[in-house]
Amino acid sequence: MSILVDADTKVICQGFTGKQGTFHSEQCLAYGTGLVGGVTPGRGGQTHLGLPVFDTVHDAVFATGATATMIYVPAAFAADAILEAADGGIKIIVCITEGIPVLDMLKVRTALTDHYPTVRLIGPNCPGIITPGACKMGIMPGPIHQSGQIGVVSRSGTLTYEAVAQTTKNGLGQSTCIGIGGDPIHGMDFIDCLKLFEDDPQTEGIVMVGEIGGTDEEAAADYIKSSISKPVVAYIAGVTAPPGKRMGHAGAIIAGGKGTAEDKFTALEAAGVTLARNPTEIGIRILERLKN
Amino acid sequence: MNIHEYQAKQLFADYGIPVPTGYAAWNAEEAKQQAQRLSSDAWMVKAQVHAGGRGKAGGVLMAHNLDEVMEKTHSLIGTQLVTHQTGASGQPIHSVLIENTTGIKSELYLSLVIDRASTRVSVIASSAGGMDIEEVAAKTPEKIIRSRIDPLLGIGAYQCREIAFALGLDANQRKQLTTLLLNLYRLFIDKDLSLVEINPLIITDKGDLLALDAKINLDDNALYRHSDLSALYDPTQEDEKEQKAREFDLNYITLDGDIACMVNGAGLAMATMDVIKMRGGEPANFLDVGGGTTAEKVTEAFKIILSDSKVKAILVNIFGGIVRCDLIAEGVIHAIKETGTQLPVIARLEGTHVDKGKALLKESGLSVIPADDLDDAAKKAVLAVKG
Repeated sequence: MSILVDADTKVICQGFTGKQGTFHSEQCLAYGTGLVGGVTPGRGGQTHLGLPVFDTVHDAVFATGATATMIYVPAAFAADAILEAADGGIKIIVCITEGIPVLDMLKVRTALTDHYPTVRLIGPNCPGIITPGACKMGIMPGPIHQSGQIGVVSRSGTLTYEAVAQTTKNGLGQSTCIGIGGDPIHGMDFIDCLKLFEDDPQTEGIVMVGEIGGTDEEAAADYIKSSISKPVVAYIAGVTAPPGKRMGHAGAIIAGGKGTAEDKFTALEAAGVTLARNPTEIGIRILERLKN
Repeated sequence: MNIHEYQAKQLFADYGIPVPTGYAAWNAEEAKQQAQRLSSDAWMVKAQVHAGGRGKAGGVLMAHNLDEVMEKTHSLIGTQLVTHQTGASGQPIHSVLIENTTGIKSELYLSLVIDRASTRVSVIASSAGGMDIEEVAAKTPEKIIRSRIDPLLGIGAYQCREIAFALGLDANQRKQLTTLLLNLYRLFIDKDLSLVEINPLIITDKGDLLALDAKINLDDNALYRHSDLSALYDPTQEDEKEQKAREFDLNYITLDGDIACMVNGAGLAMATMDVIKMRGGEPANFLDVGGGTTAEKVTEAFKIILSDSKVKAILVNIFGGIVRCDLIAEGVIHAIKETGTQLPVIARLEGTHVDKGKALLKESGLSVIPADDLDDAAKKAVLAVKG
């Protein structure tokens, strides 16, 4: 078991024939992902990486039975690509694209909630999702992962890799790892992922990696207190970040005195979460929690 | 991206939002000419910087004759304005806004912001205008009025009326506020704003609404579809190093410490700063070189880091995913050779092609200090600085 994606998941790629789409589709195929084709408008009927190319998501879903997509189209077209995927019948949409205008994402989020409530959006501006040894949808380096019992959910790309590498180093593996992305308006949040990990029999512990900005971590802390029985270890990046400065991610900004790392650590600790105040300790902390 | 008050007020005027008549000026002589265009017997001289809190910091002055307009303009331009929102060195004043004075009956607050938690654009209004809104929210939360806008439907006139009633406005002002708010939302959507704030929105002595101040933040991600707004970018309001970094598509923010860091990924870059601090050091910057980094970008990043004379050591922390560690190592070697830096460089490499990367650094003959993990790297950097 794992969450959201596994070896049987049929995946397509939007922006399939572009530079990014091609490179990462090759990597995913090499990892063993069930990639069954891709979409590039105007290139329908062609073959790319040995797989069929379609003009529209509708065509791709009709021909292949795909239920998941990974999106690598440029930021100006990404919101449209997400909506096309939802309308085409895709259930799991992973949007890697960085730099989508926030007002575009407000519309997308509202449209998904209102009209496609069963569709799951991961991202945008995220590394994607991986179930080790079964399905990699995204840009994360495959070899650092190992199938196992830890669920990883994170707002940051390379910090996810850090958490993954540390669990692997400590002799643990991962059930599924999800990068929910660094944008202020995004799809799945911590709570959505925590809920799935709680219900997944393979997952025995959860690593949560947050950062400054917004109140998603505080909301997650409340949820953990009331509804999560599995051990959770959390790290929050940005203790030293100055207020009012956007730390790379559009969503990583302390505004109006809200969204500081300290607030988040405090809320999580009060919810019974084990804190890794030093990110180098993430692996050892979750190992300790599993042993006790 | 931020823009100046005079630019924001021009956008307000374009969208039918009432603002005082006023003109920008870049020197005392120009200020006098602009003042003469206004039929007034007193003028406001407002320093144009990208920061709030200008009034309390002495950046908003009143002039009672044309000589005073020139004098006050002269006293502001060319200086740095330090407010509670700027750093200790303040922001440079290169221009002023000359405006008519206005009789004020009362001050309100009005803003539109992206509310992340509800995934909506949110209207925030208050009868406690002219004050720091965060303070109002903390001390007298009952004075804050909120309304959330469905992005698929847009703002409803009913929402504007509700806010007007809650603010206790009279019938004429309610009409004015409804029109103003509908226009403000149209501006917000048309121009891809991430914040628009009017503080204060005043009720004049004649009983009309007027936007006495205007603050606008633009969504950087949407600038590609607003070339007119990109042209409003004022590089003088930005840190020189941050500006340089922007040219090379690097995310860089200057901080006060002496350990520079170069990291791939925003989250890992913040984590690196945190661990440096935890180990007793002070980070000199936040720097995310991004996912698709090249040797050229690494060299530019080094140059920007080295242009900060406070820097005494450089910590490189790369978790190679898409970025291969051997390419980063080559970039670091090239950068050290090209810049000729004598500062200690601590490198922690992990991920794709890590062994090749480490070998390259070792064989380079340069004295790059290798580190096993982030914590080890931070300890070594602190040691290098403190000796």
